[in-house]
Parts: sequence; structure tokens; C-alpha cells
Amino acid sequence: MKYTGRERSLWSAGIALVILFSLIPVVWIVSLSLKAPSTLADGNFLPQKVSLENYRGIFKQAIFTDALRNSIGIAIIATLIAVILASMAAYAISRLDFPGKTAILSGALAIAMFPPISIVGPLFNLWRSLHLFDTWQGLIIPYMTFALPLAIYTLSAFFREIPPELEQAAQMDGATAFQAFRKVIVPLAAPGVFTTAILVFIFCWNDFVFAVSLTSTTHALTVPAALSAFPGASQFQQPTGSIAAAAVVVTIPIIIMVLIFQRRIVAGLTAGAVKG
Amino acid sequence: MSDAAAVPAPPTARAADPRPRRVTERVRSERRLAWMLCGPAVFVMLAVTVYPIVYAIWLSLHRSDLRFPAASKFIGLANYGHVLSSSLWWADVGHTLIIAVFSVSIELVLGMGLALVMHRAIFGRGVVRAVALIPYGIVTVVAAFAWRYAWAADSGFVPKLLGLNYDPLTREFSSYVVIILTEVWKTTPFMALLLLAGLALVPDELHEAAKVDGATAWQRFVRITLPLIRPAILVALLFRTLDAVRVFDTVFIETAGQNKTETVSILGYNQLLNRLNLGLGSAVSVLVFAMVALLAFLFIKVLGTSLAQQRGEK
Repeated sequence: MKYTGRERSLWSAGIALVILFSLIPVVWIVSLSLKAPSTLADGNFLPQKVSLENYRGIFKQAIFTDALRNSIGIAIIATLIAVILASMAAYAISRLDFPGKTAILSGALAIAMFPPISIVGPLFNLWRSLHLFDTWQGLIIPYMTFALPLAIYTLSAFFREIPPELEQAAQMDGATAFQAFRKVIVPLAAPGVFTTAILVFIFCWNDFVFAVSLTSTTHALTVPAALSAFPGASQFQQPTGSIAAAAVVVTIPIIIMVLIFQRRIVAGLTAGAVKG
Repeated sequence: MSDAAAVPAPPTARAADPRPRRVTERVRSERRLAWMLCGPAVFVMLAVTVYPIVYAIWLSLHRSDLRFPAASKFIGLANYGHVLSSSLWWADVGHTLIIAVFSVSIELVLGMGLALVMHRAIFGRGVVRAVALIPYGIVTVVAAFAWRYAWAADSGFVPKLLGLNYDPLTREFSSYVVIILTEVWKTTPFMALLLLAGLALVPDELHEAAKVDGATAWQRFVRITLPLIRPAILVALLFRTLDAVRVFDTVFIETAGQNKTETVSILGYNQLLNRLNLGLGSAVSVLVFAMVALLAFLFIKVLGTSLAQQRGEK
């Protein structure tokens, strides 16, 4: 196919716009984090002189290093639990015939639309009496409200794409039900499960409402909540530089993940929607 | 994620079985297995949502203030009366709707553009997809800080660039501009992905045929693409609107509700966790929940008729 010069330049302009729009805020926060503390307020887009002082500063502060540890631990555990429970449910939903299937799917959808603020109050009160306030479990449990519906939806869309004939064929060839599951289904389902895990992890990593309401100390504070409570290097200093550096540290792993797995993430996010 | 709409007609082999009345042992064991597999997930989902929401309703019917625990008692709907007759609640509903309506409509236009670029670009599709996903992956709090620091007078480049002589985050109008821009930046990719899924279902032949008949690109978009992706648009609007009315992170970080930008979620948070007034705070939470449920109900009705219309036309 041939394209005219006008078409080419139109598409180039469109693509350039998308790239600029997506990247300027990211480049900005990176450049802010590289400014020396004395030049933070100079109002320039790029730093005059690159300094790593903000980065050195945050790794010396327990509020940041502990929050990083909490965020990683909590998000990984919540993702594992959600993906395991949801895999079982999604397998049943996509493979077996039983009454209540529709109810589970629409129930999960309804729960996904839940405003988190509406359960923060009761959880805060309950967690105080159950000694779950400011603990990892105290965040992992409410994370199930969004992690499970998301995982069930994405996984059942993925599982539905694995042709059931493959299992039947394996069983015809003499494989037991368990062998068919292990040798045929698991390898085929693995990419979908992995994609779902990435999506759930990103959602848990992103949470702010629960973290800011149900934690209070470095014992369970996650990074987003820690950022909003960051102290300055001294009490007379704005924490701008530290926040910018911390923001970059938590963003880089996500950007790398998104870039490596972009195809899968797009597939995962649209998998459910295509069926409509 | 519109499976819910598609589920009512699961065309499985078993459903087409000419003898559906007889529940055989095999069917029974399949059902048992299915419920064993779904049980844990269903139980956890109910435990983490239904139980707290019921407890929130119970709290909202009581005077329950953690600063005066001895004064707790059942007071019926008094908390709701208090919230619904206060001008603060209605002002906050207004602020929430301003943010939701503007961010979702801007996102719809930009997201459609982005989806078309991702779908039809004659080169660089992979790059666009990868780059457009970045805002989606970034933590909302981080995005809010990036935009806040870009606009704040004591750190940002925007005031200098626009020649502003005041701090945009201290005035009402410019605070809304920053909040809405942040929301748009962060969630347009999600909107675009949902629309992209719809675009993938539009048959190329229709466009080719219209092209042969001399339709311009715009005519093809309005007459072919738009009507065919109507359900995808509604689904995208549903998800984003429900998400936008519970906006919390961006506002909390950028203005903390100052300059008349307080949203209903921030109001609930302040009542519950700053004032420790669980009764009044829970009433706000339940009202936010009701608002979201009402919006969802309206959208799903419209979506249902739209899907039915489309099926009827075919």
C-alpha cells in the first residue's frame, strides 16, 4: 500500500502529540528530582546542574525505605491471593456449567465499582478492635475488593480462549484429568495468569484511599501514603525534592513492566471488553 | 469488561442439549466442583464488601463519635437529615460532578483520538501503544504530585511559561484546571483501550465500501464507526464516570479540598478520619455509595437498550 506525503505527515503529527502528552509529566518529575535542593524553585523545566542529592536523602529516611518494603510486600501477597482464588473461580466460570455463573460475574462487576471510601469507616473501626489497624493484613484484606473482581474478569476472558477440545484430545490420548490439566491447560493459561498478576499488582501498588486511612506508621505505610506524609529534610524545608525522587523510584519499575509487557497488558485490559 | 451483558446467552453445548430437564449425576458433580472452585473467591468478595457496607449503614444510623464514645446511641435517620440539609454536602456533590463531567468528556474525545491512532496508524503503532500506557501505569499519587509541582508557584515551570503572577493552586478556577488535567492525563489511556476494543470489531469491508462510494474519512467515522462502537463507548463512559465520581487521590494531593475543590470522597474521609465522627462520616459514605449505584443503574439501562437495539437491527 502506498500513502501520500500528507497522510504520512498527519500520522507523524498525531504520534508526536501522543508521545509529548504522555511523556512531559514523566520527564518533568525526573528532572525535578535531579535538581539540587537550592535550585528547586528556579522554575526551569530542566535542571541547570544534575544532582543526586535528593536520591541520597530519601534512601536515608526510614519512612521511605520502610514504605517501599511495605508496598512491595503487601502488593505481592495481595496479588498472589487474588490470582490464586480468581484462577479457581475463573476456571469454573469459563469451563463448567452451573447455576449462579451470571450472578458471580455481575456481582464481581458491581463490587469493582464500589467506592472505597464507603467501606473505610467500618474497616477503620473494626481494625482498631481486631488489632489489624496499621498492619499488612489490614491492607491486604480490603485490597481484595478491587483485586478479586479484576482478576476474575481478566482470567475468565483468557481461559475462555483456550479451546476445550485440547483437554478432550489429551484425555482421548490417555491422559488423566489431572495430567490434561497440568500438561495442557497450565502452560496455555500461564501467560493470561501472568498478565492478570501484573494488572492486579499495578492496582494494589496504586492504592491510596485504604493506605492513607488504615495505616499510620512505617509498620505498614505504603509508598503513596508515605509520599503524602513526607517530611522535609528539616522542618523549615519543603519536601519537594524528596517527593520527586521517591516518585521516580516507585515509577521506574512500573514503567519498565508496562513497556516490556505492553502487548499483554493491552490484551488483558481489552480481553473482557471485546466480548460485549 | 461488558461480559455481564453478554452472559445471559451462554451458547454452550450443554445448553443446547435436547434433554435439559434431567439432572444427571455428571451434571450434579460438575456443579459441585464449580461451587467448590468459586466458593473461596465469592466468600472473600462478600466478606470484604457486603459486611463492611452493612456495618457502614448500621453506623450511619447511630450517633457514633470516637471522641465521645459514651454518647453513642441509635438516632435513626438523623445523620442523613444532617448531611442532606447541609450546604457543604451539596457543594461537594457539585465539585465532584464538575470534575467528573469535564474530565470524562475531555477523555472521551482524546481517548477516541488515541484509539484511532492506535488502531489505524500506518506506522509506529507499537511505540504509541507502549508510550500511551505509561500514564496508566503510574501511581495516581505520583501523577498528582508531578502536575502539582509543575503548576505550583514555588517549584513549577508552568507559571513561568504562562507568565502567571499568582500561584494557580491557590485559586478556584486554576485548581480545577490542574485537577482535571491530571485526571485526563492519567486515565485517557484506559478510555482509549476500551474504545480500541470496540474499533477492532468494526469490519474493514464497510470502510472500503464507503470509500468506493466516495465517503470522506469524517463521514465514514460518523456514519460507520460511531454507531458500531456505541456499546464500547457506553462501557468506557460507565467505567470512567463511576471511577471519576469517587475521585480522591488527585484532589487530596493537589489541593486537599481547598479552594472549593472538596469532593464527596474527601468529605467522607475528613468526617471519618480527621473528625472521627463515624456516624456522620458513614452517612456520607453510604450516600456516596448510593450515588455510584444510581449512576451505574442508569448507565446499564441505557447500555441494555443500546445492545438490544443493535441486536434487533441485525
